[in-house]
Amino acid sequence: MKLFDARLIDNHPVSRRYWQMTLDVSALDRPVQPGQFFQIRCSDNWKNPLRRPLSVYNYDHESRCLEFLYLVKGNGTQQMTLMRKGDTLSLLGPLGHGFTLPDQGALLLIARGVGVATLHALARQARSENMEVHVIMSARTPGDLLTVDTLSRLGATVYSVTDQEGTSSVESVRALSEKLICEEGISAVYTCGSSRLSKLVQELAETYHLKGELATEAHMACGIGDCYACACTIRKGNQLKTVRVCTEGPVFPISQAVLQ
Amino acid sequence: MTDLSVRIGSLTLKNPVMPASGTFGPELAPLLDINQLGAIVPKSITLSARGGNQTPRVCETDGGMLNSIGIQSKGIEHYITHILPFYQDYEPPLIASISGESIEEFELLAMRLDKQPGVTALELNISCPNLRDNGQAFGMSAETTDELLRTVRKVTGKPLIAKLTPNVTRIQDIAEAAERGGADALTVANTFLAMAIDTETRKPRIGNIMGGLSGAAVKPLIVRLIYQAHQATDLPIIGSGGIMNGQDAIEMILAGATAVQIGTATFVQPNAMNIITDEITDYLERHHIDKITDLIGQVDVS
Repeated sequence: MKLFDARLIDNHPVSRRYWQMTLDVSALDRPVQPGQFFQIRCSDNWKNPLRRPLSVYNYDHESRCLEFLYLVKGNGTQQMTLMRKGDTLSLLGPLGHGFTLPDQGALLLIARGVGVATLHALARQARSENMEVHVIMSARTPGDLLTVDTLSRLGATVYSVTDQEGTSSVESVRALSEKLICEEGISAVYTCGSSRLSKLVQELAETYHLKGELATEAHMACGIGDCYACACTIRKGNQLKTVRVCTEGPVFPISQAVLQ
Repeated sequence: MTDLSVRIGSLTLKNPVMPASGTFGPELAPLLDINQLGAIVPKSITLSARGGNQTPRVCETDGGMLNSIGIQSKGIEHYITHILPFYQDYEPPLIASISGESIEEFELLAMRLDKQPGVTALELNISCPNLRDNGQAFGMSAETTDELLRTVRKVTGKPLIAKLTPNVTRIQDIAEAAERGGADALTVANTFLAMAIDTETRKPRIGNIMGGLSGAAVKPLIVRLIYQAHQATDLPIIGSGGIMNGQDAIEMILAGATAVQIGTATFVQPNAMNIITDEITDYLERHHIDKITDLIGQVDVS
């Protein structure tokens, strides 16, 4: 992890509620794994002192370009939309444990909402290693579906489901997932963005003996393991354990997830 | 050469800047020069392991934050075998913050740590707002504060720092009680019991409903509390609450603080304590002040 300044290259809305930010992170001298995150200062505004944890949407090691896809939700992310090309932002990262790829076989990614950001980074890495990637993308409306084109261009196969079209129920996603697992040689399944879908992925991983990973979100203060704000409960063996999302996570084996 | 050293009871610190308990840990080592700190204060330790409170445990508020961590802790034995050894190679003295659920627990913790050469002083967290209903804390009663200090005083010769709660009508009464009980210094203060509500969902913004407010927003309240406590006792005061830069630290010293603790600022900027120490030095040089101790309580109210 490193504390450094990044220069903003681009910052624009990609849909009604989502923005994408591109930063020049030449000061970063270490690798970034999909699933890791950065703690970002949203502005110098005194009203929003805390950093925001944002997972990596894309990192190009060659050009040292780091991209975030972020949901404009409150004051902090609102402030982020005001930043312009040439502005500098303070970043702390990369933080946490990222995803791990399977040794072989195809990947199934099940994303909901902004959860697609971190899974996009995983899809990119898997494609760069010539692994087959299938993405089930769920959102409220077709307008909220993000990065479908980008993922398709990478060579991932994308299946979109939405609440508005009535295609996003857990049962529909289950049926589609099972079909893909049976027909496409899926060996690992990943999810982010919905507790209902996480539960589904947990069941699928267990039933079909797949590798499974879940990327979690949490409110954080420090982001590096000192403050214990982002605690969550996981299951290790037969024991429940309280761990920090920022350091032990944010990606956990799906078998360890304790879901409602 | 500017002299930043200060004395907290029998303890001499090379500068007045130290972390506030619960905001500092081994993870900061790559981001901050720990050897430049006046003291090391690891997170409060409890006798037995505690899981901490419900999430969300933090939320941002205007110019500050609420936290309700609830002292997640692995207990005193883990502290002695894992936390203390980690810091033994660093130069600054280590102040152990201890938190008990009863006076007896404080006594047991102090007895256990009294034998540890790696512990230079004890900070008694008699003021955590996140452990009992409605933020009740030992430090809300002068009588309990006196009794608690008196009990702990009997079992250790190490300097005792009482961390006071700001959630009282007259902090002077508690400061005097701590002094009577045998405290060597006071930390003024812990966080302010506070609450925030999400108007969209109508739910409290932290899991425990109420939490402790910290950050820049509380600084004027803390400056006032330091001023009041300084007038009531001769004990050295460690100011804590809302310091974001060197100027804020100087303000607390002028109000009567001998040293300062930095918490929320470290979340914003992990090397904040190093920057603040440099800014204090700059201030002293700019004002041609040789010793920082010359500034303590020097607010001009004439």
